[in-house]
Amino acid sequence: MAGQTLDFPNAESLKRLALSESGFIFDPVTGNSFTVNHTGLAILRLLQQTLDAEHITRRLQAEFDIDAALAERDVIEFTGLLRGSFV
Amino acid sequence: MKTPPLTVAITGMNALPDNPGPGLGVARCLKEAYGEAVRIVGLGYDALDPGLYLGQYCDRAYLLAYPLNGTEVLLERLAEIHALERIDVLIPCLDAELPLMIGLADTLAGLGVKTFLPSAGQFERRAKASLPALAQAAGVTYPEVKALASAQFFRDCEQDGWTYPLVVKGVFYDAKIAANAAQAEAAFGDIAAEWGLPVLAQRFVAGEEYNLAGVGDGQGRLLGEVMMKKRAVTSKGKAWAGVATADESLAGLARQLVAELQWKGPLEVEVMRDAKGNYQLIEINPRFPAWIYLSHGVGRNLPALLLELALGRPAPAMAAPRPGTMFIRHALETIVPMSLFQTLIMQGQCAPEPAQARPSTEIRHPIKEAL
Repeated sequence: MAGQTLDFPNAESLKRLALSESGFIFDPVTGNSFTVNHTGLAILRLLQQTLDAEHITRRLQAEFDIDAALAERDVIEFTGLLRGSFV
Repeated sequence: MKTPPLTVAITGMNALPDNPGPGLGVARCLKEAYGEAVRIVGLGYDALDPGLYLGQYCDRAYLLAYPLNGTEVLLERLAEIHALERIDVLIPCLDAELPLMIGLADTLAGLGVKTFLPSAGQFERRAKASLPALAQAAGVTYPEVKALASAQFFRDCEQDGWTYPLVVKGVFYDAKIAANAAQAEAAFGDIAAEWGLPVLAQRFVAGEEYNLAGVGDGQGRLLGEVMMKKRAVTSKGKAWAGVATADESLAGLARQLVAELQWKGPLEVEVMRDAKGNYQLIEINPRFPAWIYLSHGVGRNLPALLLELALGRPAPAMAAPRPGTMFIRHALETIVPMSLFQTLIMQGQCAPEPAQARPSTEIRHPIKEAL
């Protein structure tokens, strides 16, 4: 992850998302909604604060008590899912 | 002394499931805003227009002659109804009748019937065939449109740089996506038979459709915009479910159009949003859309706003947009006594009873009742 740049959706698109505790996500600009699991919700919450992939991975690792490799894989996979979903 | 209720006449009560007219939604909005302080006179062109029988929204129902009968016939009928009902404001809701209604606006005003409509020039500038020129003047992106008198275009259009799929549209209503020349010619035939010529060809724009409803104040300002994305559609592509959205760039696009037109009255702006978030103008409808009840749902009751403007009152303050508010339509059977249907057919008018006031026993012997 060190030095790696992930291609996140733009910060504005992420910040406008309405996130519910249940994992239901609503985009007020596009009207699209989708659901995420606990890990996805945690990553989205972190993404609304920062686009620093290393920081997100560390926070995810601490929150879910998982090893760094798994946290890193989750962030990379979820980022891939997000790409193309937002404008 | 109790103030007499405002009487508002509304057309487009044809709330058909697959392609509803806007009139019933407008009537519901006004009833929500004014309650018993407003009387709704529903105007329809067919005795089976469902909104004419919904007594909770329509206090009195009348039939009109179809617009192709011309201005004089329409004026005569509206004057008859006005003599009986003392109409304060008329809100026409159907594209095909609007040129006639606009032409009659001054005469109706002389009779005491207020309207809040665009001029004939404004109406024409937003017509589907005129849209490219308007969009260019307003600085808005649009797909190319061509007015056609013959289906021959579809056989040769690829030589002129057109590609399939493309959209075949009626000058007032209807739009079909055609994947090839055969489908386009078939769509041309269907649309020409129903809506007449010209038929329009429009370049296909990939993306998601968004709609914006609002009211132009006639001085270049757009008031109370409400945005919506369809979440489910009927077989005719009309919204069956939708969700309110809020995008300042779409609102800005609509403001540019309203300012360019100096639009007066209700309107619906239809756009496509591509994968990069850019909007392309598809249509401007010169009336409220059928989903206008959502405007009440998001605290921006646009028919009530229009009524205030028509009465010469200041525009009421609008609530902030509430994205995420949804609507879902449903099909519902209204029980109609044969006597009511008979009265509307034979006399061209009827007074639907509020649904809750009709005793359930009445529905058990409808034939006996009619006789």
